[in-house]
Amino acid sequence: MLLSLLVWLPIAGAVAVALLPRTVSKTAGLGVALATLVVGGVVAASYEVDGGRQLTEEHQWIEAFGVHYALGVDGLGLLLVLLTVLLVPLVLGAEWFKADAVGSAGARSFVAWTLALEGLSLAVFCATDVFLFYVVFEATLIPAYFLVGGFGREGRGAAALKFLMFQLAGGLILLAAVIGLYVVSAQQGEPSYLLSDLERLDIGTEAGRWLFFGFFIAFAIKAPLFPLHTWLADTTEKATPGTGVLLVCILDKIGTFGMMRFCLGIFPEASQWATPLVITLALISVVYGAFIAIGQDDIFRLIGLTSLSHFGLITLGVFTMTSQGGTGAILYMVNHGLGTAALFLVAGYLYDRSGTSSIREMRGVEKVAPVLAGLLLVAGLATLGLPGLSPFVSEFLVFVAAFDYGWYVGAIAVTAVVLSAIYVLWMYQRTMTGPTPPEAEAATKDLGVREIVAVAPLMAALVFFGFYPAPLLDVSNPMVGDLMHQVGIQDDQPTVAQTEEAH
Amino acid sequence: MEFVKPELEYAELLPLLIVLGGACVGVALEAFLPRGTRRLPQVGLALVTVVAALVSTVVVGMDLDEHQGADGAEGRGLVGAMGSVVVDGPTVYLWGLLLVFALGGIALFAEQRLEGGVSAFTGQAAALPGSEGEREASTRGLEHTEVYPLLLFAVSGMLLFPASGDLLTMFVALEILSLPLYLLCGLARRRRLLSQEAAMKYFLLGAFASGFFLYGAALVYGYAGSVSFAGINEAVRAGSANHGLLLAGIGLLAVGLLFKIGAAPFQAWTPDVYQGAPTAVTAFMAAGTKVAAFGALLRLLYVAFGGERWSWQPMLWVIAIASMVLGAVLAIVQNDVKRMLAYSSVAHTGFILVGVLGVQSAGELAKGQYTSLEGVLFYLTTYGFAMIGAFAIVTLVRDAGGEATAYERWAGLGRTSPLVAGAFAFFLLSMAGIPLTAGFIGKWAVFTSALSAGAWPVVLVAIACSILAITFYVRHIRLMFFTEPSADGAGVVTRSSLLTSGTITVCLVATLVLGVVPGPVLDLVTRTGDFIR
Repeated sequence: MLLSLLVWLPIAGAVAVALLPRTVSKTAGLGVALATLVVGGVVAASYEVDGGRQLTEEHQWIEAFGVHYALGVDGLGLLLVLLTVLLVPLVLGAEWFKADAVGSAGARSFVAWTLALEGLSLAVFCATDVFLFYVVFEATLIPAYFLVGGFGREGRGAAALKFLMFQLAGGLILLAAVIGLYVVSAQQGEPSYLLSDLERLDIGTEAGRWLFFGFFIAFAIKAPLFPLHTWLADTTEKATPGTGVLLVCILDKIGTFGMMRFCLGIFPEASQWATPLVITLALISVVYGAFIAIGQDDIFRLIGLTSLSHFGLITLGVFTMTSQGGTGAILYMVNHGLGTAALFLVAGYLYDRSGTSSIREMRGVEKVAPVLAGLLLVAGLATLGLPGLSPFVSEFLVFVAAFDYGWYVGAIAVTAVVLSAIYVLWMYQRTMTGPTPPEAEAATKDLGVREIVAVAPLMAALVFFGFYPAPLLDVSNPMVGDLMHQVGIQDDQPTVAQTEEAH
Repeated sequence: MEFVKPELEYAELLPLLIVLGGACVGVALEAFLPRGTRRLPQVGLALVTVVAALVSTVVVGMDLDEHQGADGAEGRGLVGAMGSVVVDGPTVYLWGLLLVFALGGIALFAEQRLEGGVSAFTGQAAALPGSEGEREASTRGLEHTEVYPLLLFAVSGMLLFPASGDLLTMFVALEILSLPLYLLCGLARRRRLLSQEAAMKYFLLGAFASGFFLYGAALVYGYAGSVSFAGINEAVRAGSANHGLLLAGIGLLAVGLLFKIGAAPFQAWTPDVYQGAPTAVTAFMAAGTKVAAFGALLRLLYVAFGGERWSWQPMLWVIAIASMVLGAVLAIVQNDVKRMLAYSSVAHTGFILVGVLGVQSAGELAKGQYTSLEGVLFYLTTYGFAMIGAFAIVTLVRDAGGEATAYERWAGLGRTSPLVAGAFAFFLLSMAGIPLTAGFIGKWAVFTSALSAGAWPVVLVAIACSILAITFYVRHIRLMFFTEPSADGAGVVTRSSLLTSGTITVCLVATLVLGVVPGPVLDLVTRTGDFIR
């Protein structure tokens, strides 16, 4: 029941906010988001690290189709659930006044759609029935569409349309694969969509590979991977920073989450077979994303494209099929969520002050707003993987796995370190340092308490997990172990002889 | 030749007889009541008739007997009226569905508040558009109450169509359902020339299609020596030398029925008729005709020509693909809501045909897997509710010239009337097949049965067309919510009476419930069982 409560609380909250008067929308919304955070904490507290998939619920939903309302969390699901419940209240806090701006659709609908998105995303991470997963996977697009289309900058309508078209196209390809799963499942007895049944299913090699591609393409659009990434930068540019956080840090995680849980879980053979192609795409995303990020002038486009590079690394970690790669990918999902959210929100504060998102037009902000500049620097350093901040750990694990897969893969992936240093530090240098323009000197105020409180938890988490990543590792390691067992892979033994044996 | 007195199973045929009787009483009311006082009795009569028919349908459906067919085929129901009417599970389900849609149709027909106290039908159909007589009729507030008996006649034809047990009954049903609809299409109060043009086109093309059907019936009779579906089935399974005769017959019969369901390449009438007809008629016709004609098509193909499956399945592949592609592509370039919905209905016809061609024999299905018939019946249910609801909303959005169907009039509707625009968006999302709406489950059902039958190329095309179709649905949602209202006047939502708003609400609830908890209706569809012969 706990997971149902977790999923339904924000959805019910969204409906309530939509019905309550406008004056209390934001307070009520924040209250619901905080309550969900508490429920998420209870879920984490009752989670047993070595217990496999747990807190499961299962009810018959559509008997004729073999569909169940089935929820459950494993290590991967739990971490993403916690990330989601943490980020939503922070976004609501950081965007407190933004939705009231003239020309946008009003705070009430912003809060309601955000909560709806939260509930549906939580359902995605908890669903253990493929049909249920598909339903909520698609349903998340509706709140996301209205969030992008209703709030943000000029041209957001077109951006929202592009976003939706890409996602729905991916969703329909996924639909074909989901239907195919039903047919395969029906051929071998009573049709069922339960993940536990599907994992035991004996899918033929050819059918498995086709179905794998259906799933993979949908997730590659979501994540996004080169060459299906073109919606990303437009969307993050036009949407508000908060929506950007919800999209990039939560919704896009569904892509890499799905690759792990469904591609590897249901189609282990096909996943291994497709590894060379996927790794090539991932590497192109890593390098290409970083290069075009360097060339961006719009700060939100830049942040969006850094995510392309990072999602390339996550995918790389998933498909190296080693326990370091898997753990690294899971950690990376969480850390990318924390770091990019911080970067988006702080850049949003910057945009509120300067009125422009063009890097070229900003200069010398650190003199008038030192706290803002400091936070931007920390968030930026997290993004580039500085040791001592949490993304470093995950990036390191992925690189280890990449070198293990092939030295050339590792060599290409490691360039991300250099390239990310360029786009982050160069962006920081151009916006923050230098002489402050006289008109900005008077107009720019440093961050207020609300703004600092909204990003403080992110900063704390970045530093804490940078020095002490053990909690994350403890949760994700058993899950990765199970997954590797399902895929049927054991890590290579070290080729260098142990020192004791050498004597 | 000896003439046998036919024996009729009055109890089982009651829904059909009630509707026919109600229609005849309606004609008598037209003759004897003075013009000004006819509306209320006619509306009341139509409602009572349909509700009574609905109740008797439920009663009939509750105790259908087991039926042992000629070649051991099992099912529930009875072959009545000397073999010309078959009352089995699918028939009863379709009857129920059609009568529910008829209720929606009557409610929309009776709406008066939108036009400021008169109905959406012309005051004097015989008066020339723009003439003195027309002006006089409209100043006197005249209206045609014949529309209610006409609707009942059309409904009776629709009820008979999927229930017919032989080709002649099917032809008669086709005509009973078509003739009143031709007439209803030409009765719009506003834009009368467009409306009359629609009626004319519909009539001419429909007459051709009927001719094809009749010709096909003659050829099949020549092959099988029988017009009853059971007899044709036996002849087809036995095989005979004149196979070409049978193939030509199937083809011509299919032309007649594919015209009625609006499948490509027989879809040309759809946009013009949907646009020109009074929107209330369009709503009723779009849902009702499609349900009835698909029922008839299913019975004809599955029962009469089931043994010849390998001959007609490839034909349906081509037709389904053509309908989906044509409907989706042409809908993108429309700039009128009614035409957009019309082309999208062509695409939906293709989607339903994907389900029809996914037929498999019982041995090929896994335990617990549902059949293609069930998938199609469910899709028809979801489609009908979404169509009626969407067209009902079209009647609400108006400007000085009546219904504002041009796209630019709908811009910014989400700001001024979020509820109505939201409801319309929901229907569009259902038609697009987004999860948590009924359309998704329907699409899922038909695609799955086609894929299990091995028709994966058609399913891939269907998926591609769904992506295409999403473009124009989403573009319309964007138009309503994220586009500024046009400078030269936007459409406004007119307050309607409970008749229209109630219909919309019912359709909305049905679309939501069928999308979230489709279980009960799917169970009902599963329990209807198979066609009997």
